[in-house]
Amino acid sequence: MKENLYQMSKSYSIIAESLTKTFGSFTAVDSISFNVSAGEIFGFLGANGAGKTTAMRMLCGLSKPTSGSAVVAGFNIDKESESIKQRIGYMSQKFSLYQDLTVSENIEFYGGIYGLGKQKLAQSAKELLHRLHLEKDARTLVRALPLGWKQKLSFSIAIMHQPSIVFLDEPTGGVDPVTRRQFWQMIYEAADHGITIFVTTHYMDEAEYCDRVAIMVDGKIEALDSPQQMKEQMKAEDMNEVFYRLARTATRASA
Amino acid sequence: MAISIDRISKSYGEHKDVHALREISLSVHTGELFGLIGPDGAGKTTLFRILTTLVLPDRGSATVEGKDVRDDFRDIRTMVGYMPGRFSLYQDLSVEENLRFFATIFHTTIEENYELIKDIYVQIEPFKKRRAGDLSGGMKQKLALCCALIHRPKVLFLDEPTTGVDVVSRKEFWAMLQQLKKQGMTIFVSTPYMDEATLCDRIALIQKGSIMSVDTPENLLNKYQGDLWGIRTEHMYKALQDLNNFPSVTECYTFGAMHHAQVSGLQMPAELHNYLDRKYHKNIRVEKIKPTIEDCFMQLMQADEREPVPNE
Repeated sequence: MKENLYQMSKSYSIIAESLTKTFGSFTAVDSISFNVSAGEIFGFLGANGAGKTTAMRMLCGLSKPTSGSAVVAGFNIDKESESIKQRIGYMSQKFSLYQDLTVSENIEFYGGIYGLGKQKLAQSAKELLHRLHLEKDARTLVRALPLGWKQKLSFSIAIMHQPSIVFLDEPTGGVDPVTRRQFWQMIYEAADHGITIFVTTHYMDEAEYCDRVAIMVDGKIEALDSPQQMKEQMKAEDMNEVFYRLARTATRASA
Repeated sequence: MAISIDRISKSYGEHKDVHALREISLSVHTGELFGLIGPDGAGKTTLFRILTTLVLPDRGSATVEGKDVRDDFRDIRTMVGYMPGRFSLYQDLSVEENLRFFATIFHTTIEENYELIKDIYVQIEPFKKRRAGDLSGGMKQKLALCCALIHRPKVLFLDEPTTGVDVVSRKEFWAMLQQLKKQGMTIFVSTPYMDEATLCDRIALIQKGSIMSVDTPENLLNKYQGDLWGIRTEHMYKALQDLNNFPSVTECYTFGAMHHAQVSGLQMPAELHNYLDRKYHKNIRVEKIKPTIEDCFMQLMQADEREPVPNE
């Protein structure tokens, strides 16, 4: 079985098999199995409390599964979690950048953590600032940047070390509609360069930008398909309707 | 008039160089469900704090139920209910204790106004002994709403009540607001979700401290300039790049399953269709579509960006 997983991991960025996490008598993630292809934009949706964050934490090597297994970027999440951390990028709305450091300092700090050499770091920093038109703001404190710029900077930093996969936890919450779209353009570009994107969002129009989408309900994956297929199968007008119909069936006490 | 705002400005920072609000004026009628729509950092929370008398404006004036936010702040505080953006309840108190606490500081009891909160409270009542800190997001939001309502306020202020909340809970929450509106309550609510705008009687679109438009959702949609076309092909990312290079397309952006293109000087979808065909796109679909609030918001944003921001 294990040999098999490693064989498969050449074409898949994530292979999850019966991944489960329980807290006491509560099963937060209930035996989920799915694969994410290399270079795919994979949307991970679910109502609050459906188990998204718990699943994502396991895949990032931050929390050990109670049972089941997963291979992320070619490494086993249980036994090689440290290797995984070097091969992935992570960005969330809640935690991204150090507000009291300048734009440049944040880039240097994360570049250091990701183990970029001095020369490589200088080169990457220059390119990154240029691409985001932030050259003039290199010495600006991050806290003084508008939210949309912060999010774009944060995403760029998360993929600076060219990870094979990047996890994005609600990256566009509260961002204005124009910047939200610029952000997705960056996601498209990264995917075009072969980086696998694993993204959660509450905006259902963004679910449409994903190659495939998984919808979690009560700790299980209730549906997994391309947005187009899902809509056709459920005869729904848009992903909002698909999501609403599935998430409404949740029985888990949400208190 | 439940709320009247006259040229309110507010700046922060050592040098007063962060302009949170720039000469904002608007009125909210009694019994109206009024939406303040805009992204983070637009100035929504500052306006809420001024109207609930927690912060003074630098310039301009405002009244709530005829009372001045500066001179009559004590009166306003007894008349309004306020649900701030961040969870404002006492995490270590139980559901029941939180509600009783808010009732007590407004010199009332849960029993006296139970009718008003009943429909919402029954949903969290099974967990009334649980600490507020241990509730899920949706449940916290319901408790916070009950606490803001327990003294039967004349005007209800809700600052981003649905941010970070999933589609199902959001839908439930707006249904609750419709119920409260039926009972004659004035509701002033903010949200970054453009799709919620159509659930309001009137909306103000706010961006970078300025109001871009105040109107009914319907009128706002009618004011959209030019034609809007929805476009789909097999390769959406490439389509976006190609469409942005087509001269008659003033602006093209992703919009769920379609791209939305603002088009001028083009009558027939066929021209755009042919162009995409020449660019090797497959399964091309081009159709005229009706704009949404989000399309209008973006159009107004673009118009604003062409004008220089006034320096104060």
